[in-house]
Amino acid sequence: MKLSVVETERCIGCELCMFACSRRSGDGGLSKTCISVRSVGGMERGFVVIVCRACEDPPCANVCPTGALEKRKGGGVVFRASKCNGCPYCVSACPIGAVFWDSETNKPMICVACGYCVPYCAYGVLKMEK
Amino acid sequence: MLEGDLLKRVLYIDLTKKNFHVKERKDLFEKWLGGVGVGIQLLFEECPPEVDPFSPENPIIFTVGPLNGLFPVVSKTIATFKSPHTGNLGESHAGGRSAIAIRMAGYGGIVIKGKSEKPVYIVIDGDMVYFRDASALWGMSTFATGRIIRENERGAGLRTIMRIGRAGEKLITYSSVTTETYRHFGRLGLGAVFGSKNLKAVVVLGKRHLPVSSGREYRILYDRIFKMVVESPAMRKYHELGTPENVSPLNKIGALPVQNLKKSRSEEAESISGERILRDYLGRRIACSHCPVGCIHIAALREPYKDEPYFYKTSMISYDYEPIYALGTMLGIFEPEGFLKLLDEVERIGVDAMSTGVILAWATEAFEKRLISKEDTMGLELRWGDHETYILAVRNILKGENHFYRALGRGVEYASNIYGGKEFALTMGGNEMPGYHTGPGCHIGALVGSRHGHLDNAGYSIDQDMLKKNQKLSPEEMGEAILKEEGWRQILSSLVLCFFGRGIYTPEITSEALKIAGFDISPDELQKLGESIHREKYRFKFREGFSFENLRIPERIFQTRSALGEISSEYIRRTIDYIKKKLTIS
Repeated sequence: MKLSVVETERCIGCELCMFACSRRSGDGGLSKTCISVRSVGGMERGFVVIVCRACEDPPCANVCPTGALEKRKGGGVVFRASKCNGCPYCVSACPIGAVFWDSETNKPMICVACGYCVPYCAYGVLKMEK
Repeated sequence: MLEGDLLKRVLYIDLTKKNFHVKERKDLFEKWLGGVGVGIQLLFEECPPEVDPFSPENPIIFTVGPLNGLFPVVSKTIATFKSPHTGNLGESHAGGRSAIAIRMAGYGGIVIKGKSEKPVYIVIDGDMVYFRDASALWGMSTFATGRIIRENERGAGLRTIMRIGRAGEKLITYSSVTTETYRHFGRLGLGAVFGSKNLKAVVVLGKRHLPVSSGREYRILYDRIFKMVVESPAMRKYHELGTPENVSPLNKIGALPVQNLKKSRSEEAESISGERILRDYLGRRIACSHCPVGCIHIAALREPYKDEPYFYKTSMISYDYEPIYALGTMLGIFEPEGFLKLLDEVERIGVDAMSTGVILAWATEAFEKRLISKEDTMGLELRWGDHETYILAVRNILKGENHFYRALGRGVEYASNIYGGKEFALTMGGNEMPGYHTGPGCHIGALVGSRHGHLDNAGYSIDQDMLKKNQKLSPEEMGEAILKEEGWRQILSSLVLCFFGRGIYTPEITSEALKIAGFDISPDELQKLGESIHREKYRFKFREGFSFENLRIPERIFQTRSALGEISSEYIRRTIDYIKKKLTIS
């Protein structure tokens, strides 16, 4: 399963998905979020919703020098924090900007495709897909 | 308050010396929660008595509260300052991304004092503050300023860009501060205070985490509140038609101010109703950070250029009930396109739409009654419904072309002191009136409200309730109802909640939510704290010379029938006396 952005034009920019993602960690705020919602360049033009699209051949894993990002069956990556040295090559390797940085642990954060955010989008922008 | 919650941090910025420091003010936040509760205390600390609002000593204070960043619909920031428009308490609320950005940057409050030698904009990026030269931005519209800063600075999606247009630079006393293009610290002239400090914009960004007392209980309560929000009729109302839904029902009951309140309904009102604008112009709906309602309605106005065929410009203009009232019906403009063009101009230069509309309405009536001449207006014939002339008048106000337009740049109270027409000069406590003529409640509410606006205590809602239930409240009962609502709203604006969520955040739910944030305070204690904050605001108002006796009540509100019939001046006076007694007994 992976998280997919069904229809960005329906996004109103409320960022509830971002808060939901961070809330999974147990706390409030946004520090742990693996979703980014921003305007296209002025809110009147709508929003961009950035989430990991679980690539079949993920560039982030390909550049990881320590093997901390393992390719997951069916696409995307599994992050092994103990192997990570915090280099942040993965962040620059992702062309859509879906590798986020946890400045508290100094390690990357990537969507684990848990689907926790989906029900908090009241406008059907996000969906879990095979 | 929880250990590790950064809400207690207040960032002090000095624009004269270009330096900053942070103080931990647990004392303030534990006692007054945040938002307006803390804001008014910081104002007491930072604003010297009787200071000139344009003096470097006048502080700009932004505060957020413990529930910002934790729960949905808690999306507002409070600005506190001394108002250049009324010369008294300045308090203005805005949403957009402002509250989340401040909270996520790791602050509960930001205090800006001093005056920069050159135009400047500041960037608050987590623990750092950068002072950027804004000389090249000076003279630019709110739109262009936002566009340039958006490209220059990092943090898309996580930041607020609060900025002023040319009106703020020119010290028009009802200038606003625009945030995220479509939200505003609209009322009471914060934009002019920015301008007086040579401050063009404030950018804030951050991405912190917020501690909670129990992760499990947090998620359970969050889900309960989220469900209430998305299933509530209020959410549907504000999301679908938005606040413009009010136009038709207010017109039907005869509570819609038309042509400077010469009338309270119009046969033409349907053509500028929420339904009509939505059908013909709605282009997009957007939301404030952490609010699923998405009440912000943006109209797409497509206009052909006159000099070339098949060449169009499309403007995206956010509209709400209050601008429709002030820049539409109040000026006899019932055709959406004219209204939208005027609103676009007002947004571009950055003035409060409500004050601007009421000022133009007063000027039009004064022109009709020959209190002002064509010489004063520099040849403009102010006529109801003529949006093109109104746009020119707004530009003249901005430029301060002559004595008359400079007077209009200081509001209706000031201009009518010079030119007369007091009986139809529609200000309440020095601030231009909001868009309701429902009965005595709306006007008493605006007269005694600590900000002299409709959101202080929603007196219009008390009137509408009386109308629905066909009951009559005594002056004492009316006074009680207003005080109760205004008291409770101090709590909502200390957390800081959007008032659209007030039906969901009852004292009980609010108390539970505060527990998650580490505040142990019962529903009853919350109500009492709300009353104390209300009194604190009045303590400031009295210090700065406010008196209930000096409240001027414009005769016009007695001359035009309201939804509840003719309004009695004695009823209003008796209610005000009652409120005064209650607010001054300690």
